[in-house]
Amino acid sequence: MKNISYITILISVGLLFASCKQERKLPFYGERHAETVKDAAGVEKIDTVYQTIPAWSFLNQDSIVTTNKSTDGKVYVADFFFTSCTTICPTMHRNLMTVYNDFKSNPDVMFVSHTIDFKYDKPHVLKKYAQKLGVDGPKWQFLYGTKDSVYTLAEKNYLVAVGEDSTAKDGYIHQGYLVLIDKDRRIRGAYDGTKEDQVEQLKKDIPVLLAEYKK
Amino acid sequence: MRKYIINSVFSLFIIGIIVSCQNQETIDLQNYMSNGKDIYKAKCQNCHGVNGEGLGKLAPPLTDSVFLKVNKARLACFIKNGANESLIIHGQEYKEKMPAFPELADIDVAQVMVFITNSFGNKQGFVPYSKVSKDLQDCK
Repeated sequence: MKNISYITILISVGLLFASCKQERKLPFYGERHAETVKDAAGVEKIDTVYQTIPAWSFLNQDSIVTTNKSTDGKVYVADFFFTSCTTICPTMHRNLMTVYNDFKSNPDVMFVSHTIDFKYDKPHVLKKYAQKLGVDGPKWQFLYGTKDSVYTLAEKNYLVAVGEDSTAKDGYIHQGYLVLIDKDRRIRGAYDGTKEDQVEQLKKDIPVLLAEYKK
Repeated sequence: MRKYIINSVFSLFIIGIIVSCQNQETIDLQNYMSNGKDIYKAKCQNCHGVNGEGLGKLAPPLTDSVFLKVNKARLACFIKNGANESLIIHGQEYKEKMPAFPELADIDVAQVMVFITNSFGNKQGFVPYSKVSKDLQDCK
């Protein structure tokens, strides 16, 4: 009789733990505020509104005007680099390349690299860089824009620090974050592209993010 | 008998000298390899990779032993002054500019060069600092 009650306790504890195990969900980054919204039934309620990436428009490596529309319905990884960078960019893109290869056949994943070298990295330079890196096609966009538009987007929206610095070896300084953006243009992750373990985490997190939209 | 003993002691002595000479070079090589590895990590690995595999067509691999052997006297110049010419490596043309590393002292160049030419499947032995220093003076 005692045995049975033991077993019952064990089972209920086990169930408790099992039910605690939630599906993993990625966090939201950036500013947030509460807003009163009307739901489908017209009932007013308070909801959290997260920071989103605003509309953008740049020239890509094929000199085609590319806007945020190209990322509609996709999760994407954004980063900031420049082609003549000899410090962290090669490592970042070496690592990002492995992510690209893993998700090559997944139409819901995209890659967007912004150059911060507005003087030299014109589209044809980006094209050559992409080809030499081994990237072809629209899945990985290399974008060129004016200093203002790119730097503002980086610092205010993707929360990545970038800048010109004449004392730096290559003339620019920037952080090597790979920023994960969801289909609603919210920031869901930032991974140091120079660290292999963080890039591995990114590879694990992309399917988690995609799973949120599979309902 | 006595002569025999003296002879064998003497020859052992000579052998000992030769063995310890070799040891000194082995020690130097190990020394260069270990320091060279640190310099490689800090200055070269970003582009050339942790296994010397290079990066696409942007940075060549460091695994072409034939290239390294043929260009042995120029390697020090490439490391210190960078490269701005087309190089054929593993039958593939590489045209990207390699940056210069003027901050590297001659001894650093020697160490990282010995590391590269004895890693990634290369095995080209020790190059003393004095030789590298001379190579660097003859850079074009």
